[in-house]
Amino acid sequence: MKGLFAALFSGLLFGAGLLVSGMTMPSKVLGFLDVSGDWDPSLAFVMVGGIGINLVLGRLLLKRAAPLWGAGFSLPTATAIDGPLVWGAVIFGIGWGLGGYCPGPVLVTAAGGGQALLFVAAMLVGMAAEDWFARRRALAQESCVGDG
Amino acid sequence: MHPFLQALLGGMLLGGAALVLMGTIGRTAGISGIVSGLWKPTAPRGWQAAFLVGLLLAGVAGFALFPTRFDAGDSAGLPVTIAAGLLVGFGSRLGSGCTSGHGICGLARLSPRSAVSVGTFMAAAGVTVFVVRHLLGGGQ
Repeated sequence: MKGLFAALFSGLLFGAGLLVSGMTMPSKVLGFLDVSGDWDPSLAFVMVGGIGINLVLGRLLLKRAAPLWGAGFSLPTATAIDGPLVWGAVIFGIGWGLGGYCPGPVLVTAAGGGQALLFVAAMLVGMAAEDWFARRRALAQESCVGDG
Repeated sequence: MHPFLQALLGGMLLGGAALVLMGTIGRTAGISGIVSGLWKPTAPRGWQAAFLVGLLLAGVAGFALFPTRFDAGDSAGLPVTIAAGLLVGFGSRLGSGCTSGHGICGLARLSPRSAVSVGTFMAAAGVTVFVVRHLLGGGQ
């Protein structure tokens, strides 16, 4: 239960961070991505702040044996720079550049209604589609191993 | 407040939120992973739902208090919005993360995969904006 409240609080804080930073404004995001136009570099400082605080405190945190209310730290284990990583980033980047929304900000912005809601619906379809393909790929691999 | 300071402060709040999630329940604040975790049959779903409720509550409060932070990307037409949403959803899952999981959490852990991802999606997004705004002449 404590863990659920912590997750709720983290989500609130995350949403506040997106609002304060300006990430919820697609026009600002597109202005940041428009390097050759009237470039607005301010959103680079979102990464400076977010990464900076994690570089220092996150490092200390992960030295602990376990999180406060969990068995262990759940960190990604993949290390390969592979096709899905790169192509996924390309596809994501094109969508980000077209709409000016990435997943966190658009969920916050959807509270205001409008096209953000439509974007969220399309995003959920895209995510579910990829997860469906991934499961099929995994099943196909399993059956190959089983046959061999 | 200067936009640079707003962005820095906002970024620190994002980083702080990620620290809270990792420090309390040991999970990464990657939004695309959290959202899709909702329909994973194996994952414990409670914390993802709680995090998203918090995110949506921040949106509701933000819309009431600071409506100017919602500039409605309604400049893009419906087909573009739908296409962009599909691409963002599909790509973030295929690439194992987005601006939060790779861009903040992964880079702060000095993950080479995240560095490749961030470099790639920044470049792809930049090229897309260049094509839309300066070659096709669309957009704002």
